[in-house]
Amino acid sequence: MLSILLFALVNLAPGGPLSGQGQSRHIDPAKVELLKRQFGLDKPLPTQYLIWLIGNDWMQVDKDGDGVLDSYGTRQGILRGDFGFSFRTRQPVLTEIGDRLPNTIYLTVITMLVAVLIAIPIGIISAIKQYSKFDITVTTFSFAGQAIPEFWLGLILILIFYAWLKNPFTGDPLLPAGGMTSINSNGFDLGDRIVHLILPVLTGALGWVAWYSRFLRSSMLDVIHQDYIRTARAKGLPEKMVLYKHALRNALVPLVTLLALDLPYIFGGAIFVEILFSWPGMGRLYYQAALQRDYPVLMAVLIIGASFIILSNLLADIVYAYLDPRIRFE
Amino acid sequence: MNQSTSAQSTSMGSGVWKRFRKHPGAIFGFIVISILIVLTLLAPLSPYDPEASNITARYQPPSLSHPMGTDALGRDLFTRALFGGRISLTVGLFVVIISVLIGVPTGALAGYYGGKLDSILMRITDAFLSLPSFLVLILLSAILREVEIPLFERNNVVTISLVIGVFAWTTFARLVRASFLTLRESDFVAASRSLGGSDLRVIVRHILPNSIGPIIVEATLEFGYAIIEESGLSFLGFGIQPPTPSWGNLLSNAQEHFTKYPWLAIFPGLMIFLSIISINYIGDGLRDAFDPYKVLDKVGEV
Repeated sequence: MLSILLFALVNLAPGGPLSGQGQSRHIDPAKVELLKRQFGLDKPLPTQYLIWLIGNDWMQVDKDGDGVLDSYGTRQGILRGDFGFSFRTRQPVLTEIGDRLPNTIYLTVITMLVAVLIAIPIGIISAIKQYSKFDITVTTFSFAGQAIPEFWLGLILILIFYAWLKNPFTGDPLLPAGGMTSINSNGFDLGDRIVHLILPVLTGALGWVAWYSRFLRSSMLDVIHQDYIRTARAKGLPEKMVLYKHALRNALVPLVTLLALDLPYIFGGAIFVEILFSWPGMGRLYYQAALQRDYPVLMAVLIIGASFIILSNLLADIVYAYLDPRIRFE
Repeated sequence: MNQSTSAQSTSMGSGVWKRFRKHPGAIFGFIVISILIVLTLLAPLSPYDPEASNITARYQPPSLSHPMGTDALGRDLFTRALFGGRISLTVGLFVVIISVLIGVPTGALAGYYGGKLDSILMRITDAFLSLPSFLVLILLSAILREVEIPLFERNNVVTISLVIGVFAWTTFARLVRASFLTLRESDFVAASRSLGGSDLRVIVRHILPNSIGPIIVEATLEFGYAIIEESGLSFLGFGIQPPTPSWGNLLSNAQEHFTKYPWLAIFPGLMIFLSIISINYIGDGLRDAFDPYKVLDKVGEV
């Protein structure tokens, strides 16, 4: 169903999928027709959709565009992992994505780990000590953290750590403003990697730290006000037991679900960080593809992103049902 | 009957307002966002034209006559930021309206009736939720950027609000459905039903008022998200198109030379930051104010 939605979106767009290609103004209408026949764009949309989905190597196509069916098609369709060729680089889309995906996963996993590890203790403490000095300070900061748009934070960090602060020994900028490695580095250098990770991870993680700690705080507070917590206290359980065994477990349930629901941002949220810090990942690939309306790449990233989200949603539901016996599935 | 309920709801409203007033952050947010709104409304009073260039005054650092400096074309950044604020805040408001109008009824119907209707509505919601929404926003606005349809031309406020709103309602649907799922099992709903209350009455008079708190809080936060999303799209060049300023495309323009002319990057972002933080504070204040357990605590103390 999703694939239909996405396919419709691109093909019903005014100008159709080839419109991004007409960069040169003197394009011969006859040539466009030829191209359309070669790409199979002259066929009715449902047929095009089927070809896109399952390929055309089982049917005869008109390869040279002269109106005669002459050979079998070569496309295998997205169900068999053939996303076609990028308009922009003429590379297979899967190669393009294969080059970038590990970089995005690498950056995102580190960012999320850093964020969650910082956020959980902050959230717990500020909920337990609601309106304490710690809570007020942290809440203020997390409000600020959540309100800073990533693209602005990135610019400001580059301004501070690249343009203003200098390494006192060499006079170079304190931290690099982009890339995964230094240009003159040869081979893998952990120090160099870490130095290149600091600003992107900081930019990416701040919002998540703020969001998760705030969320955990408020879900902790919700739970603490529940009757069963009062009951637990009333029956004389030690406060620690009440908080960690009764309250925290219930407060973490929505957080776990939230983590799974936030997975779209693995693909979506990294885009600013990758663009600002010239990180060669999926987000930047998508951005470049969008600028030139490179539909095969755009579609492939969206389809992969969407399937990933569906899987993670399923996971969230299972985990939620497992953790919270009150939820009934009919 | 009518009188007693209306009296009751006034007292609930004033109770919320009372608690809201006691939240320092919420008051801070309320004041800042009010100032921002008033300033953007007064933007036409500025002595500078937001779009006319002035080559003699290029790249001037902030000063008394140009509080935020000037840009590459010598335009006063403060004036442009205020006009940009009009655009960004309007988009935020439109998105909230669009997403509440789609999301709340969807969630209420799904949660209340359950069964087949629920699964159909939730499959649709799931379909939207399983798209990487910001990426789809980019795709949509990249397509719409090139189109010449009246009203949707050149990614104006309406287009961008619709594009964002169409993907923002799912939060409301899920939220409302979840609260309806729990509330429909509760005793007061059973009581109302056994007294012969119609479905519509139960939904609108009994369940909805009990989930209005989260909806209002979410609407407030959505206002902020929408502003961030609009700025993000404009920052990437797919949102509001220059020369019309928006906070996002001001930042986008700043990108090239911002290490040399930092004010170009600092101020538009500061505007986004200030409005989002205010909105979030208001949302938090509302959340606390709507928390019925706080009342119980108070009653318990007395």
